[in-house]
Amino acid sequence: MNLQRIRNFAGNYIFILPAFLLFFTFSLYPYFNMFYLSVTNWDGISSSVTLVGLENFKDIFSDNAVFWLSMKNAGVITFLALTVQNFLALTLAFLCDRDIKGGNIYRVIFYLPPVLSGIVVALIWNWIYDGNYGLLNHFLTMIGLGDLSRAWTSDPKTALFAVAVIHMWKGFGWGFVILLAGLQSIPRELYEAARVDGASGWVVFKNITAPLMIPVFILVSILTILGTMQIFDIIYATTGGGPGYHTEVPITRIYAMMIGSSKFGYACAMGVIFGVVLLIISMVQIRVSKMMRQV
Amino acid sequence: MAGCARGEKKDIETITVWHWMSDREEAFQALAKQFEKDVKIKVRFELYAPSEIYSQRIKASAQTNTLPDIYGILGEKRDFASFIKSGYVVNLAETLDKKEGVVAWKDTLFEKALSVNEFLPGNEYGVAPGIYGIPLDVTTIQMVYNKRLYREAGLDPEAPPETWDEFVAHCQVLKSKGIPRFVSGFGEIWMIDALASNFAMNIMGEEKVFDTYAGKVPYTDPDWVKLFSVFQQMATEDILVQGAVTMVNKTAEQTFANERAAYAFNGSWGVNVYKGMNPKLDYGAMIPPKITNLHPMKIWGGAGGSFVVNNQSYRRANAIRFLIWLTMDEQQAFLATATENLPANKNTLKQISPILAQFGDDMDNAVHPNTYPVHELPAVTEAFDKGIQSILIGERTPEQVAAEVQRIKEKELRKTK
Repeated sequence: MNLQRIRNFAGNYIFILPAFLLFFTFSLYPYFNMFYLSVTNWDGISSSVTLVGLENFKDIFSDNAVFWLSMKNAGVITFLALTVQNFLALTLAFLCDRDIKGGNIYRVIFYLPPVLSGIVVALIWNWIYDGNYGLLNHFLTMIGLGDLSRAWTSDPKTALFAVAVIHMWKGFGWGFVILLAGLQSIPRELYEAARVDGASGWVVFKNITAPLMIPVFILVSILTILGTMQIFDIIYATTGGGPGYHTEVPITRIYAMMIGSSKFGYACAMGVIFGVVLLIISMVQIRVSKMMRQV
Repeated sequence: MAGCARGEKKDIETITVWHWMSDREEAFQALAKQFEKDVKIKVRFELYAPSEIYSQRIKASAQTNTLPDIYGILGEKRDFASFIKSGYVVNLAETLDKKEGVVAWKDTLFEKALSVNEFLPGNEYGVAPGIYGIPLDVTTIQMVYNKRLYREAGLDPEAPPETWDEFVAHCQVLKSKGIPRFVSGFGEIWMIDALASNFAMNIMGEEKVFDTYAGKVPYTDPDWVKLFSVFQQMATEDILVQGAVTMVNKTAEQTFANERAAYAFNGSWGVNVYKGMNPKLDYGAMIPPKITNLHPMKIWGGAGGSFVVNNQSYRRANAIRFLIWLTMDEQQAFLATATENLPANKNTLKQISPILAQFGDDMDNAVHPNTYPVHELPAVTEAFDKGIQSILIGERTPEQVAAEVQRIKEKELRKTK
């Protein structure tokens, strides 16, 4: 290898070194350290750490029903977000894709909830859901459905759905923006040609819009799943995981274990399991998306 | 060397204090200025609120050895012990015994407040005996009731209920007048824990409660089932305001201050909060109603906020000097009047407001969980508190919750063995 080649080789690595150092310090090191901590009983303060092997994992898999319940709760919210939230986002994106009056204003309005802080959104909805003086109960009473009024976030029948609605309200704007961008990237000529051929709206959607939007749908669904499974701030500020365990999600459990019980090692083990679950979901999604592209 | 101040070159003698008490920030800043004027040493107070965020910051700083000169440790006693065993806290026992003038520093402070920061010989955490923190103020957690709403319901505003039966009867009268009854931030499960432990002490006495924590008495014991039944009655008699089960205490305080509930379970810090929210609120303090006459009703109380000195700080001598100054009569009187909190200094009690004095009067009945000889395991406490939440929403029976808590207890005991 001559000097010039060594120089080129080293030069390339020197250029990526700052990025690698940052990535190593703030991503790789904490990630691998979490694996290490997950096999310890560290309390988050002491300088001494005792290795406990796979004890934490064993306990989570065999005797931590609440953690798996929290996973199920996150799954329910994710399912609702994937279906209801994204359907709403797609519908609004369709409407705004047309040349309607004041289209930009609608875009700004729909994009407003995602830029608000989760805590602020939760506080606003706390006021809406309040069992005694809430806006929702007031509205229901006004339209003669006062019998339905309740403390929405404290009632075990409605608590999970109530927080899911808040999450969907806050999140649909992301999907809306991405789906709208996808719709606008479809060449208009395709639609014009289809219309000339006499295609109905449904046929146009089925044969032009949907196939061309598949990559966008996949992107939106991946972001929705990963974002929703990691829901925390809204639940923390509305129900704190209650009543009972009805709105517990994995991150609230990890947080409770880490901060409330000072079981850092155990919380890291929960984090590892949760991370693996998310990884599997993402891999399945990528696989499915590849298959859909081939179809 | 205190890490947080490592980079400072200009003010290497500045004492840094981290705290979480947003309601006291203004008063602390004023006291810092006064200390600089009196002693010529700068003090910088840094506020990190709310308390959960503060706790995380303190723990993260301990992990990287960047704690400030003075800070407070929130959470349970085992966390406090971990900080001490890791070498982050100065044992102040000797300093407290030294005489400042005619009396020792220790003798100027309420014993109950000091005991919260004390580790006795042979303690369960293996910490060297000593006193590791200095209380700034004293807190009790009990009940308050709205006198105006009492009058509106035709009840005697000077005769709050003393027994559980009276409490239920008063609630029925309030309900018949359409007045919402009882609010508390039960969404913060430690509030449930506080009230439940008051009732438990009254139903079965301290000894039996501690025996349960030690694993000698099961949670399926009839006394514990009786305790859970009190919360069931709270649900069936419609005593709690709607939504209290997931309500944070700040919202509960707003609800009481806005006269949307006749009773609240809250700490003495609420006096300052209510004053800020509704200065005209006419209310009184009361001990939670007794379930039985077999044992005294004990309430949670003792040190409110406490500060510790960082053992790794080279400014620890000045930091201790500042804490001595902060707990002197004049500074304590200023803090008590500016923040409406019960002072930790015995000599300043005369200068507090009448409502605060009512809280202070009940100090004799106060116990602090940090002073218990034995502590419950965190997983059991969570199952206990969450179980009460599920009773309050009518999802589970007292017997079911008792059985579940006992199952968790046995599991956790097996782990510790």
